[in-house]
Amino acid sequence: MTKLNDYDKAVETYEPVLGLETHIELDTNTKMFCGCSTVFGAEPNTQVCPVCLALPGALPVANRAAVEATIKIGLALNCHIAEWTRFARKNYFYPDMPKNFQTSQYEEPLCEEGYVDVVVEGREYRVEIERVHLEEDTGKTLHVGGATGRIHGATESLVDYNRAGIPLVEIVTKPVPGTGALAPEVARAYTAELRDIVRSLGVSDVRMEQGSLRCDVNLSLNLPGDGWGTRTETKNVNSLRSVERAVRYEVRRQSALLDAGERIFQETRHFQETTGETRAGRSKEEATDYRYFPEPDLAVMEPSRAWVEELRAGLPELPRKRRERLQASWSLGDKEMQSVVNADAVDLIESTVAAGATPSGAVKWWLGELSRRANENGDELGALQITPAQVAQLQGMVDDGRLNDKLARQVIDGVLAGEGDPADVAAKRGLEVVSDTGALEAAVEEAISANPAVADKIRGGTHAAAGVLIGAVMKATKGQADAGTVRQIILDKLS
Amino acid sequence: MSRIIDKTAAELSADIREGRLTSVEVTTAFLDRIDAVDGTIKAFLHVDREGALATAREVDADIAAGKETFAFAGVPIAIKDVVVTKGLPTTAASKILEGWIPPYDATISERIKAARMPILGKTNMDEFAMGSSTEYSAFQKTLNPWDTGRIPGGSGGGSAAAVAAKMAPVAIGTDTGGSIRQPGAVTGTFGAKPTYGSNSRYGLIAFSSSLDTPGPVARNALDAAILHEIISGYDPRDSTSIDAPVPPVVRAARAGANGDLAGVKLGVVKEFAEGSDAAEPGVIAAYEAAVEQLVKLGAEIVEVSCPSFTYALPTYYLIAPSEASSNLARYDGVRYGLRTGDDGEHSLEEVMSLTREAGFGPEVKRRIILGTYALSAGYVDAFYGKAQLVRTLIKQDFEKAFEQVDAIISPTTPFIAFEFGERMDDPYQMYLADLYTIPTNLYGGPAVSVPVGLSEGMPVGLQVMGPVMGDDVAYRVAAAYESTQDALLADTAPEPEPEGK
Amino acid sequence: MSTISREEVAHLARLARLEVTDDELDAFAGQLDVILESMKTLAEVNTDGVQPTSHAVPLVNVFREDQPQPSLSREAALSGGPDTFEDRFRVPRILDEEA
Ligand SMILES: [Mg+2]
Ligand SMILES: [Zn+2]
Repeated sequence: MTKLNDYDKAVETYEPVLGLETHIELDTNTKMFCGCSTVFGAEPNTQVCPVCLALPGALPVANRAAVEATIKIGLALNCHIAEWTRFARKNYFYPDMPKNFQTSQYEEPLCEEGYVDVVVEGREYRVEIERVHLEEDTGKTLHVGGATGRIHGATESLVDYNRAGIPLVEIVTKPVPGTGALAPEVARAYTAELRDIVRSLGVSDVRMEQGSLRCDVNLSLNLPGDGWGTRTETKNVNSLRSVERAVRYEVRRQSALLDAGERIFQETRHFQETTGETRAGRSKEEATDYRYFPEPDLAVMEPSRAWVEELRAGLPELPRKRRERLQASWSLGDKEMQSVVNADAVDLIESTVAAGATPSGAVKWWLGELSRRANENGDELGALQITPAQVAQLQGMVDDGRLNDKLARQVIDGVLAGEGDPADVAAKRGLEVVSDTGALEAAVEEAISANPAVADKIRGGTHAAAGVLIGAVMKATKGQADAGTVRQIILDKLS
Repeated sequence: MSRIIDKTAAELSADIREGRLTSVEVTTAFLDRIDAVDGTIKAFLHVDREGALATAREVDADIAAGKETFAFAGVPIAIKDVVVTKGLPTTAASKILEGWIPPYDATISERIKAARMPILGKTNMDEFAMGSSTEYSAFQKTLNPWDTGRIPGGSGGGSAAAVAAKMAPVAIGTDTGGSIRQPGAVTGTFGAKPTYGSNSRYGLIAFSSSLDTPGPVARNALDAAILHEIISGYDPRDSTSIDAPVPPVVRAARAGANGDLAGVKLGVVKEFAEGSDAAEPGVIAAYEAAVEQLVKLGAEIVEVSCPSFTYALPTYYLIAPSEASSNLARYDGVRYGLRTGDDGEHSLEEVMSLTREAGFGPEVKRRIILGTYALSAGYVDAFYGKAQLVRTLIKQDFEKAFEQVDAIISPTTPFIAFEFGERMDDPYQMYLADLYTIPTNLYGGPAVSVPVGLSEGMPVGLQVMGPVMGDDVAYRVAAAYESTQDALLADTAPEPEPEGK
Repeated sequence: MSTISREEVAHLARLARLEVTDDELDAFAGQLDVILESMKTLAEVNTDGVQPTSHAVPLVNVFREDQPQPSLSREAALSGGPDTFEDRFRVPRILDEEA
């Protein structure tokens, strides 16, 4: 069993240094070096050709759109765009990599030296970007047991090359020191910001659950005043929540080892989605020698300054600017807006407002009831089975007095259970507010005769006592009455 | 000469177009010749009688119907087995690809099919084009028709021997360090390495990406030039393809045939002459006689200095194996080709290693290991990086020389065809065969080898090198030399002995 | 003095996924030595200020437009596979792999 320190104690003693490598699949129409389609979810080995299957003799030709997308990402991350850049071969054997080398970039990446600013708990952190380069994705390997096999008990693998050759942008940060106890939150905020930036550029749909954004998390610890420690690289970190968990876990694990006087090995570890642990790779064979060299089958690239400026001029509003604009138009304070960002609710709220809700209503639902439910299930907010349009409809029903908050929560239950739009759920479950004044007046009469003393108090001018009668009416109508209306009827009758 | 197989491709093409012969007659004649002598020569790895005749019949039908046909329609061709042909086995003479039937065509194959040349079959070669004798084929030894105890050159020994033994009027070769020109020289045939980038490499099984160049193999300059124009030109599927008009090589070959080289300056490389102890005296004698002929035609000989050529061989043997070690990584037994050791006991890593061990021959392994070494961390700057710098110097030597001369001449290879086995155990001695051809590959320019006589009864070649995209100059000089001869050297080749001698 | 040892050849063979025999190791070590000696002559060439040549004819910015082209049919794609199963290429178990 791996020994883990308490997190808070660990960060009291050690200073974490973060590093993040992010791979983003571009959503170009075709692959990086061939004309095969990139549509997700096709039947196995139907989007392959001589080039991406690495048949003997096939040659690559670079996709202009992928190069442009990478330059756009570089520009959005405040990078310098290379005047002269080229592809390189990274040589290693792996069955999901058809050529047994990855066409990537080595000493001359397309973009270098940028930064991303993120705000965590009111403090701004600058994450410096070392490089942004363009490469290609691998195929997908399905690991199966002996069931399909000729050999009992043997495990084997099945390879589908549809994904092989899809353009992949790799974004590497410089080491990020100085985050202290907030290292997990900074890592998450950076990843979220990167995702939002790339999404705003329209060059990738950045779906972590489909693997179109994948993170490797580097982490080392050192004692204050000491040089940086040995880092580990954790692969397979594929959700924002996992990024946070992976950092937290490594801090706890590494600090326990250091406390025990042991040393950290520079190694690759794998994140376990189910347990939140990181696990070492099985073998520690000889260090990999990738034998990089310039790709002789591709021409060098010299992005002209005119081209770069044209791309820069075409950049859309970036997330930070957009957040500032939305914060103003939603009339939110800094703290409130930060909560919206942390909850990953900017897009959701914007869509909800666009669907007709008031900003305050949209914020209230997404940050309140809906966030609570997401947390309960350990889900991201966006993963909830409710759309911004449905939230807007819900809020509209509340504004119209057709639902009160309590009923609205029950309607949410129905929507999340897949029973349809809020209006359908309310109708099916009979959750409308009772607006029939005849029925309400009868219920009020009943409450008055059951509570004569309270009624006298109200008659005597103590309007606050109305609460007791309202409670009784609500109870009698199973919560489906509108409290304001009930109060008005009571006061009318008793004054 | 009355036999069909004795005619040049240009003559056959005219006969077919003008109705004196049908493509079926011509194609059958070559197929029958293959049946008769390839049992001895072993130039072909695969013969496609049915496919070739089917194309021939189509061409004949079109001609009968009065449809227009183009150069070499109906003229059969042999293709080196390193060029991918859809539906026809393609192995690069390696066990690792034995039985592989490609699902696609190389651009060159497409162009040959579009030109409607019947494909006779695929020719033998050194495995993955690594070698100078075709002895490294995994499947068979190809014999030199001039002396069956000797090698036919390499790596394209099969294509050269097929043309020399008149089993094909023309053929396709590929040239990474001399694999078209050196077999041409030692079999008395004509071979041309075009400017790098002017012929598509798409579908050419890669050996060394920055050096590989496909080109024509023929009996004379004109046939080679016509084939050159058929296969050349820009290909958007090859990122290193040059988007420019093909140099007018056919016009140049016809112009050269007038035998006038007045005003043409030919460079001889001082450093080649100084290193002449590397070349055999008989080769030098035949070469010098050819130079005399060129002078008689009006050419002026100018000495040029190319000091960096001295380093061409080691430069080549860093660049080519480095690129090859990476290009050949794809042969792993997963998607196509051989798989060995998959018995349930071995992991994938072991199966890959066992497959590659069983599938590659010794020269391929040697070069993979050499390239792996040259690229490995700590050596890459001293080796691959340094080689790229020296390559620049060699290129500059050529560029300086071409400021003074129109073309550069040299023997094609320092020695005549050697005997089988002579250089097998000493790779370095084998590599010397490409001493004079390698600089051009490093530079990227064009070069042809034209037969210029015999030494010890074996053919000798003259190499004519041109500037980048100046392929026409090389053809003109070669064709002018041919005009001084009563007969093509290829026509004086001895008749191959029948099978089972 | 030999440039390349038997052990080094064995290491290179592993990197290149070649299961070489002992005899081959010996032969290659000797032969590579001769070749590497020749290559070392490059060290004596002065290349100060020289730009590398990676391609014979330098081309820049060679791109393809982002327009889909037909892929191979699945049958054609799988046709060369030594072992295929359920439209995928089957391989033996992979070491160092999270199953
Ligand atoms: Mg990468
Ligand atoms: Zn493809």
